Amino acid sequence: MTVIGWAQILLYCAIIVAITPILGGYMTRVFNGERTFLSPLLRPIEIGIYKIAGVDERREQNWVVYTIAVLLFHVGGFVLLYVLCRAQGYLPFNPAGQTAVEQGLSLNTAISFITNTNWQNYGGESTMSYLVQMFGLTHQNYLSAATGIVLAMALIRGFTRHSVRTVGNFWVDVTRCTLYILLPICIPYALFLVWQGIPQTLGPYVDATTLEGAKQTIAVGPVASQIAIKMLGTNGGGFFNANAAHPFENPTALSDFVQIISIFAIGAALTNVFGRMVGNQRQGWAIFAIMGILFVVGVFFCYWAEAHGNDALNALGLTGGNMEGKEVRFGIVGSALFAVITTAASCGAVNAMHDAFTALGGMIPLINMELGEVIIGGVGAGMYGMLLFVIVSIFVAGLMVGRTPEYVGKKIEAKEVKMAMLAILVLPLMYLGWTAVAMQVPSAVASMNNPGPHGFTEVLYAYTSQTANNGSAFAGLNGNTLFYNLTGAVAMFVGRFWVIIPKMAIAGSLAAKKSIPASSGTFPTTGGLFVGLVIGVIVIIGGLTFFPALALGPIVEQLAQNAGTLFSSN
Amino acid sequence: MLREIRPAILVFAVLTLITGLAYPLAMTGIAQVVFPYQANGSMIVRNGTVIGSALIGQDFESDKYFHGRPSATTAPDPKDPAKTVPAPYNAANSGAANLGPSNKALIDRVKGDIATLKKENPAAVVPIDLVTTSASGLDPDITPEAALFQVPRIAKARKLPEDRVRQLVSGNTQGRLFGLLGEPRVNVLLLNLALDRLAAG
Repeated sequence: MTVIGWAQILLYCAIIVAITPILGGYMTRVFNGERTFLSPLLRPIEIGIYKIAGVDERREQNWVVYTIAVLLFHVGGFVLLYVLCRAQGYLPFNPAGQTAVEQGLSLNTAISFITNTNWQNYGGESTMSYLVQMFGLTHQNYLSAATGIVLAMALIRGFTRHSVRTVGNFWVDVTRCTLYILLPICIPYALFLVWQGIPQTLGPYVDATTLEGAKQTIAVGPVASQIAIKMLGTNGGGFFNANAAHPFENPTALSDFVQIISIFAIGAALTNVFGRMVGNQRQGWAIFAIMGILFVVGVFFCYWAEAHGNDALNALGLTGGNMEGKEVRFGIVGSALFAVITTAASCGAVNAMHDAFTALGGMIPLINMELGEVIIGGVGAGMYGMLLFVIVSIFVAGLMVGRTPEYVGKKIEAKEVKMAMLAILVLPLMYLGWTAVAMQVPSAVASMNNPGPHGFTEVLYAYTSQTANNGSAFAGLNGNTLFYNLTGAVAMFVGRFWVIIPKMAIAGSLAAKKSIPASSGTFPTTGGLFVGLVIGVIVIIGGLTFFPALALGPIVEQLAQNAGTLFSSN
Repeated sequence: MLREIRPAILVFAVLTLITGLAYPLAMTGIAQVVFPYQANGSMIVRNGTVIGSALIGQDFESDKYFHGRPSATTAPDPKDPAKTVPAPYNAANSGAANLGPSNKALIDRVKGDIATLKKENPAAVVPIDLVTTSASGLDPDITPEAALFQVPRIAKARKLPEDRVRQLVSGNTQGRLFGLLGEPRVNVLLLNLALDRLAAG
């Protein structure tokens, strides 16, 4: 670890802290339906959309109708994406002549993008036409991100309203989120990325004759427009197979730094939106502190492990940390920081190959996802995931003193706690369950790229990433088989919707409750005790569920390496 | 509930047209006007032919050129399209080796590469980036140490004084942005182009 490395990390943290209240203030105005500086330009478009679609923006929905609207919205995305993948060979914007995507892979990809997972069992430049990349993937990057954000808003409204049945209007929320938040950031952002060197063209792949006279076909495309929303919306699905490690997705140190800022920007700002809406920004900062502490601890361990390097390589006289599967322009600190951010935030873009990280360095991304993607988390999903943990923590605190727990003026009762536990427990059921099943299927085991415990970690990582709707991979695993395509699709689907529905039930239940004023017996939720308690609950629930699986993967791999053991395939 | 069906179709349709078609096409139009060089892939043209992209690494085998990092990209096997064969720096199919830290295949590969490099420059320490594959398989850069390591071989093959080649390396070294972000690096293709110019001049 170096001083310059830590200076980069500190600068990053400082920028996130600085933009959180700014973006949070703006987003609060947008979701409260207030005028913003963009209203003169965007309001006419917004009204036009409501007219065409027959939406009455003053009519609000209860939690059941809101949830049904969310689900209906996903049906359209799924059908469109699946059909595009299957039919791309007959459609325009296909200069590389890509043919129909196979059925299982199309299904996996469609589920992957509507659930904001963006798991890639395909190689972008070798599989997808420009039309699919734009009209299928870029648009779904927007809409799945917008859906995540507005779902968090619905839950926040549950806390802030009292004695009402409604939690907002989904069509209004999703329209405003796309028009006022995502597009206005992505337009200048995409142009900045082009300036840094990311291609933005509809022209065909370029044939070059290298200095030594060989032929090199260079894949290009409308890349920058997709990368901007891929990062801002914590989607993570790349234009290219190598994702953000590809020089055309992430050409410079500056493009990298701005990309990691944009991964955290909206998720961090939502903590501030929460604080503003419940009438006390310190409530938001307390949540931010919980996330921030878990984040910094992860960065420390991952950076330390990668900077220390692979002992088996160090023994050969090599120095400088573990550079296998990393790019020179990002180096150790840039790669480790990116890996922690992308898995903390449910983004899933990668600028280095997690599969080639050291055993302990690669364990940190895995833990981040297994904690439920609540360290900033996916846009919206991180915020509502964290609030579920807060509900459980408040319940635990209430048990300790024998009082009905309350949080920001709302009594937390049996229904909320049951629903929160349901949403929290379904995640390990998916990632541990499917990993166990895969271990019994010979063809699934044969998909592993690495022998020994590292191969097991590849499979565990795959299901964890898909369940948590992250999308990053231990990419050596060949996931493009019927078994992985189908089981992965189930994991992604359940990981998204089985959390959303209980979470919306909580929103509806909270909105209907009376608001009670804080009394001397109210547990203060803006201080260090609260922060420590929630961290404790997250770590205990997480640790109890996935620690045994980690022991079979990265932990035993590290112990074996310490003993000088290597693994070979035969 | 039935009244949610109409917006489900129409809000979806309008937002899809805006974000999936209008947005990427507008970005393409603006980018092509404002940043045409970058928008088309930062291609380098010499004597009328495209010789590569300034951002994409390419495969160098000859002693006369600086070599980039090992690349694990593949291409379909011409004999059997279901299989793949190694094709270093295949810019139409980026990808990595994905060998785990405890995989014997990784350690054996690195050992072999170290032995080869030691022959070329027995005195110097082998820089780690010259024996590890990159994440994209298309890494355009090497560290300054990796470039300096190759100087004796280049000088010999080109019959140039080592100092001239060393100067060329330091002239082509990019530092950290603002002294802080990223890592010091040398773009191999640009360095080799400068080397060709030096030999020609």
